[in-house]
Amino acid sequence: MIAANLPVQRPSNAKVLIVDRRGHIKHQARSEFVNLLRLSDVVVANDAATLPASLFGQHSRTGRQIEVRLAGRESLDEVGQFSAVVFGEGDFRTRTESRSKPPSLIPGDRLELGRLRATVARLLNHPRLILLQFEGSPQEIWEGLARHGRPVQYAHLPTPLAVWDTWTSIAGPPVAFEPPSAGFVLDWSMLASMSARKIRFGTITHAAGLSSTGDPELDAFLPFAEPYRIPRSTALMVKQAQASHGRIIAIGTTVVRALEHTAAMFGGVVPSGERLATQRLGASSKLCIVDAILSGTHERGTSHYELLRAFVDDEILGRIDQELNARDYRTHEFGDSVFLERAANRTCHSAQPFVAG
Amino acid sequence: MNIHHKAVDSIPSPPAPADDHPFNPFPHSRVAVTGGTSGLGLALVRELLNRGAEVALVARGQDRVKRVVQELSDAHGIVGDVSRKEDTHPIAMQIVGALGGLDVLINNASDLGPTPLKLLGDTECEDFERALATNVLGPFRLTKALLGSLAASAREGRGAVVVNVSSDAAANAYQRWGAYGASKAALLHLSRIWDEELRLEGVRVLAIDPGDMDTPLHAAAVPDADRSTLKRPEVAARELADAVAAVLSRRVSDLDSDSDSEAIAQEAIG
Repeated sequence: MIAANLPVQRPSNAKVLIVDRRGHIKHQARSEFVNLLRLSDVVVANDAATLPASLFGQHSRTGRQIEVRLAGRESLDEVGQFSAVVFGEGDFRTRTESRSKPPSLIPGDRLELGRLRATVARLLNHPRLILLQFEGSPQEIWEGLARHGRPVQYAHLPTPLAVWDTWTSIAGPPVAFEPPSAGFVLDWSMLASMSARKIRFGTITHAAGLSSTGDPELDAFLPFAEPYRIPRSTALMVKQAQASHGRIIAIGTTVVRALEHTAAMFGGVVPSGERLATQRLGASSKLCIVDAILSGTHERGTSHYELLRAFVDDEILGRIDQELNARDYRTHEFGDSVFLERAANRTCHSAQPFVAG
Repeated sequence: MNIHHKAVDSIPSPPAPADDHPFNPFPHSRVAVTGGTSGLGLALVRELLNRGAEVALVARGQDRVKRVVQELSDAHGIVGDVSRKEDTHPIAMQIVGALGGLDVLINNASDLGPTPLKLLGDTECEDFERALATNVLGPFRLTKALLGSLAASAREGRGAVVVNVSSDAAANAYQRWGAYGASKAALLHLSRIWDEELRLEGVRVLAIDPGDMDTPLHAAAVPDADRSTLKRPEVAARELADAVAAVLSRRVSDLDSDSDSEAIAQEAIG
């Protein structure tokens, strides 16, 4: 695959690879995504806006320059305390794998991040993964993040991303650390098309975490626990779809993680509420709720790729990889998409909800 | 000169109160007001806080924001300039972060253009551009950045309303009001188109002319005006809040009549 290196959310030539329940593959222009939908379908997307989670500053004890990437939080309303990955000098022009290490971090270390002041509360099982505590009121912290933070940047993009590059059309609560980029496909015209076809659209809010840190040890922890909220209207849509045997279509991996996490907790139903997704979905997972996913084109070995293994078996994923490579699909946040219907043998039985991790 | 304000958009009347306590949809509503440290904006902040709303105010001046928040401690103060593209997302992020969502956005911040007012032939391009940036592009950008939050509120049955503060100068051609009038005319039309486009999403977009008010903006435009003939901003704020309440109430009323889906919703949430 080719790295998509322009921050265009809906390039006119974007493609989608489609896999139906029987494993048949075909290709289509992504702008015609709505034609893949049926009357009784419910489409659910993640409406999290992306925080400017990259904060440059100084490690007070050593005076060395650092970059802090906020990576996780315990709840959607939490603004004082975050888990964070710390990098040394340098910026996004250096691949994360090659970035210099930060100074050794110890609890109590102070960090000066623009106007923001923070303390290393503790290390989280890795020398560069910290629990970071901001000082100040929530209002001061929001202002500091809004003014000083920058979106997490990517080495494969030649120019820095602005905040507006990272917000989907439906972006709402600023709780994600990297964009829920599958949602880039959506615009208001597409939502109007769905509405005209009586296809229901709902959202969840899921604090999507970092997709990669460049450190294999850290990446092994991904995805971190992620808080999410399922609103009442979406819970209702899911229930109605289940009753009418309509399909539930997730726009992105975070939606799958949230809906399946709740279903596993509540015996196959999805009540509204805020919860913390801790599970990992993969080849051994059985999906109770989600019938199909629209996602990016992910590379083997990533947590996103692992989640796709819950939808289809490895033989089909292998064929997908071949097709994506043969047809020059673009990958990463601004790349092309795949639409996978869950294979028939991937359905859970509600009496035995699957919970991993 | 005087300008003669009249409603530039049809606003539904508030439902007649059945008793002394008319329906108040504002408790727990999340409202953002731009230009919230003076004139109509400040009066709106006070009015909405009194009605129980959670309010975030946005204004350019850090000191003034600080002063207002010191007085109105329940309000969230945000420093930002809606005319600057770079400020749009920082403002939007702080609004939604502070309020946890957004139900009502009031684009009130306005720029008069050149002061004293000038004939169009004497208007500097930069003054016109500034009026357009504040009165048209600013509301457009901020609304766009907050549309996801507003649509989410609508889906949840909370109602979602955008108010663009307009003027009769948007509809009538007054000499020397070229920059302001043309920009407000654009805002009015923008509001109407957006209202048509967003109706299916449940988001209403209104342009409301509050009338001639005794505000700093009016004093800058008409320094020799007889202030006793002008509407108090508090009165205009009350009227505007009533208009928003009418729209929010209609939304709640529509939902109430949909008893079947409400019952299903209750069942779904256990």
